[in-house]
Amino acid sequence: MPDRLNNEERPLVLTNARVIDPSRKLDARGTVIVADGVIVAAGPEADAVSFPEGAEIVDCRGAAVMPGLIDMRVFIGEPGGEHRETFASAGQAAAAGGVTTVIMMPDTDPVIDDVALVDYIARRTRDTALVNVMPMAAITKGLRGREMTEFGLLKDVGAVGFTDGRHSITNALVLRRALTYARDFGALIMHHPADPDLTGSGVMNEGETATRLGLSGIPKEAEIIMLERDIRLAALTRGRYHAAQISCAESLEIIRRAKRAGLAVSCGVSATHLALNELDIGPYRTFFRLSPPLRSEDDRQAMIEGVADGSIDVIVSSHDPQDVDTKRHPFAEAADGAVGLETLLAASLRLVNNGDVDLLTVARALSTRPAELLGLPGGKLTAGAPADIILVDPAMPWICDGEKLRSRSKNTPFEGARFEGRVLRTIVAGRTVYAYAAD
Amino acid sequence: MNELKASPAAVFAHRHLLGIEGLLPAEIIALLDLAEEAVEVSRQVEKKKAVLRGRTQINLFFEASTRTQSSFELAGKRLGADVMNMSVGSSSVKKGETLIDTAMTLNAMNPDILVVRHHAAGAVHLLAQKVGCSVINAGDGAHEHPTQALLDALTIRRHKGPIHDLTIAICGDILHSRVARSNIMLLNALGARVRCIGPSTLLPKGLDRLGVEIFTDMRKGLADADIVMMLRLQRERMDGSFVPSVREYFHFFGLDAEKLAFAKPGALVMHPGPMNRGVEIDSAIADGPQSLIRDQVEMGVAVRMAVLEALAQNLPNG
Repeated sequence: MPDRLNNEERPLVLTNARVIDPSRKLDARGTVIVADGVIVAAGPEADAVSFPEGAEIVDCRGAAVMPGLIDMRVFIGEPGGEHRETFASAGQAAAAGGVTTVIMMPDTDPVIDDVALVDYIARRTRDTALVNVMPMAAITKGLRGREMTEFGLLKDVGAVGFTDGRHSITNALVLRRALTYARDFGALIMHHPADPDLTGSGVMNEGETATRLGLSGIPKEAEIIMLERDIRLAALTRGRYHAAQISCAESLEIIRRAKRAGLAVSCGVSATHLALNELDIGPYRTFFRLSPPLRSEDDRQAMIEGVADGSIDVIVSSHDPQDVDTKRHPFAEAADGAVGLETLLAASLRLVNNGDVDLLTVARALSTRPAELLGLPGGKLTAGAPADIILVDPAMPWICDGEKLRSRSKNTPFEGARFEGRVLRTIVAGRTVYAYAAD
Repeated sequence: MNELKASPAAVFAHRHLLGIEGLLPAEIIALLDLAEEAVEVSRQVEKKKAVLRGRTQINLFFEASTRTQSSFELAGKRLGADVMNMSVGSSSVKKGETLIDTAMTLNAMNPDILVVRHHAAGAVHLLAQKVGCSVINAGDGAHEHPTQALLDALTIRRHKGPIHDLTIAICGDILHSRVARSNIMLLNALGARVRCIGPSTLLPKGLDRLGVEIFTDMRKGLADADIVMMLRLQRERMDGSFVPSVREYFHFFGLDAEKLAFAKPGALVMHPGPMNRGVEIDSAIADGPQSLIRDQVEMGVAVRMAVLEALAQNLPNG
């Protein structure tokens, strides 16, 4: 078993808490009672419930108690890239970041496109990871964009959805069939909309900044055109379609239109894209090289609006560990990706602390909504739900130190960033897997 | 040096020359003034100065270059430096690895000045962060080539006087050109009116935000220009088809006598080299009386001497 802080499973009572439960729009003073790995009661009504015998009682002193985060887009090195990240190191990073469920992308070596591998990951993560790790399986075999994987069998063994990860499916017929077939199993198809031909040799957002830096640009249309196509296919098939990440204002409009039309369409945005824009690349800093790329400030503002009005369903970390071998290169030759598990909550809380979005809405995009999309039992603080809970001080200031990140790779775009909001305690199935200690 | 004049180091207080962007007009002018002196030195029988005596200069070229590399070599030698040339050709090794690894190896040899050319934009910035010596950007991808812009400015100034109020047209493959970017920055800093002319497929997005006027019709773009700067059509860099054929390109954007006639009478023609005769420039123009192309080569050595001298005065124990 991984090292957990309280090995004996004592009941837990969190008193004097600001209870945040987006599943019932609850933001109120109250108590949360946990026993046997599930929530017994939560909210003001729990104040009157008698505490279980032998419970650990924690006075939260007004700190927030929220559902643990469910991060829908996480790349893990294991298997095949253990030098970048393992289940153990990703689990520690997740626990410290308040992420109680990691949805793992199938871009591993070997690719998660087979029943045996999903089964292996379930067993391996149960043994080595502090938090829940659930794989999404590939839509197409080998992520090659051609033949479908065994959606039904994969779902039965624990694949929580289907995605080709970093890869876009350029063949519209393949995606059409995947959406159609997945519908029979109620499975979610998560796609990365980025036309590889329009992306070309581009490495950052197209425009003045790219031109000044002498870097080739990626036009927003690489995302917009493919997203528009995808939405048409979702309408055609009535399948459940989720855009893994959108990055620009036009994409948000497409999603809004699809939702108004009543399609089963949803989308995500990364916390990094909510916090940063293309200018942050500065003098060719490769930790800011992402896919989709960081866009303009107007696009960033649009993403925040999308979160605020619920058009954007989920906030993800898009955690993508890369080491110096792939990052310490000239910008055009470096790999895409940034780590984000430990900064997901803090970066998202910037929206709250800036007054753009309320805490309940951000918490919903980080927990309740992903649980709904994936059909998971968590993401809420109601009696009987799994006790995947975090205790958060939404105002505690801290400075991000890349070297202290628990992830095996240190490629954070938030080096030296000042944050407000810190996880004090992370609880998975009733067990405390992380407790904040001032360093 | 004249005692009454501010030393270039006092004006140019940088450790590296990574680009024109970020330089103040006064710093650019100080470098040009210093280069004027270097022109005089280079025209004497005794061409040596001692400002870099005992210093080691390494020319590290990840991309083939004859003109720029030999120009830097000569400039360093005229200032008394020990100059070593390293050409790191493309190998099967991942190029970025070669960059950092080579840089660390060279750093261990304690050079004072590293002159670097690399095919990737930003590579020279990356290297400057890793080494302990002064770094000069001799061209990084499609980003900057600051000494080319300085030598172009020196050439213009010697023929046309102060650069402000001149109209300068930069023509051709702006998209892939580091020379264009450095020139746009420098000429704008000195108050010139800068135009860019080329087919839309070779004009980068956001170019209009860099303070230039954009033309896709060469005759309109050349109207009233004092200087016509031609760029090499970098066929080897193109990863697709930006222009349909050389024939069509020359027809619309090749500089010949007919098109040059639209510029101001006495307009002068420049080209950073190497030229594709018959693709972007007609031989009769390249070798004709309005051409400054050979002057540019001479000014290249002088400008590089000036840059080396300015940086040398900021070196530790300088």
